[in-house]
Amino acid sequence: MALSKRKRAAYIRYAQYTLIIIAAAVVVFTADWATLEDKFFNRDIIAAQFPEIITTALKNTVIYTACGFVFGLTLGLVLALMRLSTVGPWRWLSTGFIELFRGLPALVVFLGLGTGFPRAFPDYEIPGEQLGTVTLALGLVGGAYMAETIRAGIQAVPKGQYEAARTLGMSHARAMISVVIPQAFRIVLPPLTNELILLTKDSSLIYVLGLALSEYELTKWGREGMNSEANLTPLILVGFCYLIITVPLSIVVRRMEAKSERAR
Amino acid sequence: MTTPESSPGPATDRAAAAIDVQDLHKYFGDNEVLKGIDFHVANGEVVCVIGPSGSGKSTLLRCINLLETPTSGRIFVEGIDIQDPDIDLDLVRSRIGMVFQQFNLFPHLTVLKNLTLAQRTVHGRGKEEAVAVARHNLAKVGLSEKESAYPAHLSGGQQQRVAIARALSMDPDMMLFDEPTSALDPELVGDVLAVMKDLASEGMTMMVVTHEMGFAREVGDNLVFMDDGVVVEEGVPGEVLANPQHERTQAFLSKVL
Repeated sequence: MALSKRKRAAYIRYAQYTLIIIAAAVVVFTADWATLEDKFFNRDIIAAQFPEIITTALKNTVIYTACGFVFGLTLGLVLALMRLSTVGPWRWLSTGFIELFRGLPALVVFLGLGTGFPRAFPDYEIPGEQLGTVTLALGLVGGAYMAETIRAGIQAVPKGQYEAARTLGMSHARAMISVVIPQAFRIVLPPLTNELILLTKDSSLIYVLGLALSEYELTKWGREGMNSEANLTPLILVGFCYLIITVPLSIVVRRMEAKSERAR
Repeated sequence: MTTPESSPGPATDRAAAAIDVQDLHKYFGDNEVLKGIDFHVANGEVVCVIGPSGSGKSTLLRCINLLETPTSGRIFVEGIDIQDPDIDLDLVRSRIGMVFQQFNLFPHLTVLKNLTLAQRTVHGRGKEEAVAVARHNLAKVGLSEKESAYPAHLSGGQQQRVAIARALSMDPDMMLFDEPTSALDPELVGDVLAVMKDLASEGMTMMVVTHEMGFAREVGDNLVFMDDGVVVEEGVPGEVLANPQHERTQAFLSKVL
């Protein structure tokens, strides 16, 4: 049979469509929809989750993430500038810090700060209670990642920009603040937003600290709901809540990347 | 600051010199890019520097505001030894306008902000004064209507004129041009050269590294030909271009003219 290459490719494509449709049909006709709905999308349980899942859990996730991100961003900028410093010890300190906190699982950092620190130093306490601890833990982990991103962004600003600022008489600090860093942030906005998405998910690790009901964030909320109802519905809802935060952020990142692609 | 004992010429010369470079050497690693340059620009003078690429002319220019650190030699700007650790280099730089081949406008700022940023942060001018100075200089380069545009929306020639206006807004005593038209489309070169010609006729002290022989002949008071890290020949532009004395100058000019 002498099929042309294009025709053969078309047949292969049709075959794939057919296969997908058959598979979908099998799933639709063989699944036990009543049980699935009861266990995954139970209407009574859904109704019982509102409004607290939004007003407590989602709100707390957003607050924890935002605080951790802001602290991490500040720390990341400081670490990035230290890494680019001409003073050796700053560079070594920054490199060591970044390697440490990029290498550790976020869970270990949470455990260390939330459980280890209070036991080792009973006389001291991290200010701000749970919020303070989660801000610190997320900030340390996120800051280590963001430092490398920001450093790359600063180095991606053409050298001529810095030189132009210096030849106009600006000091090193002024040139960095007014000329280099604003441009660096434009470059690293997409990867920083990705980091925000990662931190949103890492904020779930706060469960190791032990939380009062008013401090529940989404994952803790879902776990407790799942246990008390013996049903997956609360966790499914929590999953949707995460997507409400992360999907718009991903869309924003994609838009920004497309835009900077066009500007190039 | 003055060094009368090492003055090669009469003291009045030194006082008048805008730029005075003595026995300048510059290495990049093992590569000697400048091999003992003596170079002078008097106040109000326009000096054009020509030469093949890699001859060290841009490096010489970049040494004059210490964008490159000389390996040895001395550089005086208006009699000030710019390598003296006690001087305020930022202050000296603010008096030396510089124009780059790649324009180097700040892309995140509007044209007007490009012109006011350094005025405000370096000279400490108030907003109104800075804007007034900026508008004056934009008018001078013929781009008043572009003050709220971003650099990316301007042609190369317009960007370079804005870059000149930005340098002028600092009220510099002299201007350094590093191949200001080399990155431009041929039809845009004329506008930039016209602005530079106006500047020269107003008496601005200028050092211009360029490949524009016509500009050098017409506007330059002095022409310096560099090759392989040394000044090979210098003199009145018309004479050097028409009747080069040195064989390397002849070879270079026969290629570019």
